[in-house]
Amino acid sequence: MAVKVMIPTPLRAYAGKRDSAEFKAATVGEALSHLTTEFADLRKHLFTEDGKLRSFVNVYVNDEDIRYLAKENTPTKDGDTISIVPSIAGGCC
Amino acid sequence: MGTITQPQTGAKAAATLSNDEILRYSRHLIMPEVGMEGQLKLKNAKVLLIGTGGLGAPLGLYLAAAGVGKLGLVDFDVVDFTNLQRQVTFGTSDVGKFKSEAARERLSNLNPAIEIQAFETKLTSENALELFKDFDVIVDGTDNFPTRYLVNDACILLGKPNVYGSIFRFEGQATVFGMPDGPCYRCLYPEPPPPGLVPSCAEGGVLGVLPGIVGSIQAMETIKLLLGIGDSLAGRLLLFDALGMKFRELKLRKNPNCPMCGEHRTITKLIDYYEFCGVRGEEAPGPDVQVPEITPRELKSRLDRGDDLFILDVREPHEYQICNLKGHLIPLGELTRRVHELDSSREIVAHCRSGKRSAEAVDFLRKAGFRKILNLKGGILAWSDEVDPTVPKY
Repeated sequence: MAVKVMIPTPLRAYAGKRDSAEFKAATVGEALSHLTTEFADLRKHLFTEDGKLRSFVNVYVNDEDIRYLAKENTPTKDGDTISIVPSIAGGCC
Repeated sequence: MGTITQPQTGAKAAATLSNDEILRYSRHLIMPEVGMEGQLKLKNAKVLLIGTGGLGAPLGLYLAAAGVGKLGLVDFDVVDFTNLQRQVTFGTSDVGKFKSEAARERLSNLNPAIEIQAFETKLTSENALELFKDFDVIVDGTDNFPTRYLVNDACILLGKPNVYGSIFRFEGQATVFGMPDGPCYRCLYPEPPPPGLVPSCAEGGVLGVLPGIVGSIQAMETIKLLLGIGDSLAGRLLLFDALGMKFRELKLRKNPNCPMCGEHRTITKLIDYYEFCGVRGEEAPGPDVQVPEITPRELKSRLDRGDDLFILDVREPHEYQICNLKGHLIPLGELTRRVHELDSSREIVAHCRSGKRSAEAVDFLRKAGFRKILNLKGGILAWSDEVDPTVPKY
């Protein structure tokens, strides 16, 4: 199950400047685990010290928020896109 | 989820357009989706813009051009030279003026027929409800998390739509919060990132035209709401990637357990948003990291004295090209991987542009066992101010 993980701009510096990465994964959790294994610097931005996804980072499979699916256990299939969407606030300054 | 009801205020709603207005808005009037009826809706509408900067610029310009009858502009900031790269309401001659006033002048020139009220004030929990209550739609063009949560909560408490847009470097987000049965900002992001984790535009940079695009999208959504046409972004999160020139859409669901807009609301009044976002007192300049420091003047004295100091520059290569202290460059994002390039027996002074990234670097290196390491307080900006003004600031 090859899935594509989209890496948002604020996190690309910690992912070798890549904007996406592909992994074989059966669940969202597995894909994110592969991602943070390959890009160790990403781990602290995505996960707390006890391994939970940070609350200001949302993850989607295709266009659905995993909080409304099965969270990190959400199954993924070939061709799925996982989007990481962190909270951003820029706009005025 | 595409229409709003305009509240009845004391003033009588306008029932006609003058001949001048008919001519000015003719390109609206000849469209059946707008027509006289739609243009009158715009004329009777009141929209409050929170922030008159990067996003506020296209917002103000297009809402004024469209004939929104009353625009409120909330901004306490002053026009700065570095704003002109993207805040296109302002000209060079506006540098030093209050933004809300400079914007008011510009928009009045564009459309003298509308009412524009400038609020040279910081939006706070004390004034938000009072400020918002007489407007129909609030547009969030701010640049920080505490204010975004404040705008959200005030809109939910008052039942006002909140047209949201945000940007970062090359990406933008847009949606509409606060519609009846629609999600709010807290449904999307229940909590903000800790301060210092996501750089501001001043630290991360931004392509000037990006807020122009996202702010224009916000103006479009505002006009659609007022006219009651099209499909609003409510319930959808629009993601814009400028470099790839791609728009994507994600489903934005209302959280039934949302403490603000859910079935069992627990937040019933505005709170201390700086505390909520982990920011103490004045806007915190960055991560709450206590590290040993050296001032630019102290560094200069020690270098002049011939002390053997290793200067570590944790900025990015393109910043090094703008100006540098001839330090050894290891961008902060690469430090974990390249720490072997550093000799812990030497005394190291780490610097960046303003002292924040280098504080993180010093903190990391101390935890990695480096004992002789100092952060250059204020970064290369402070070096330019205090030691060598020929070093350009950026």
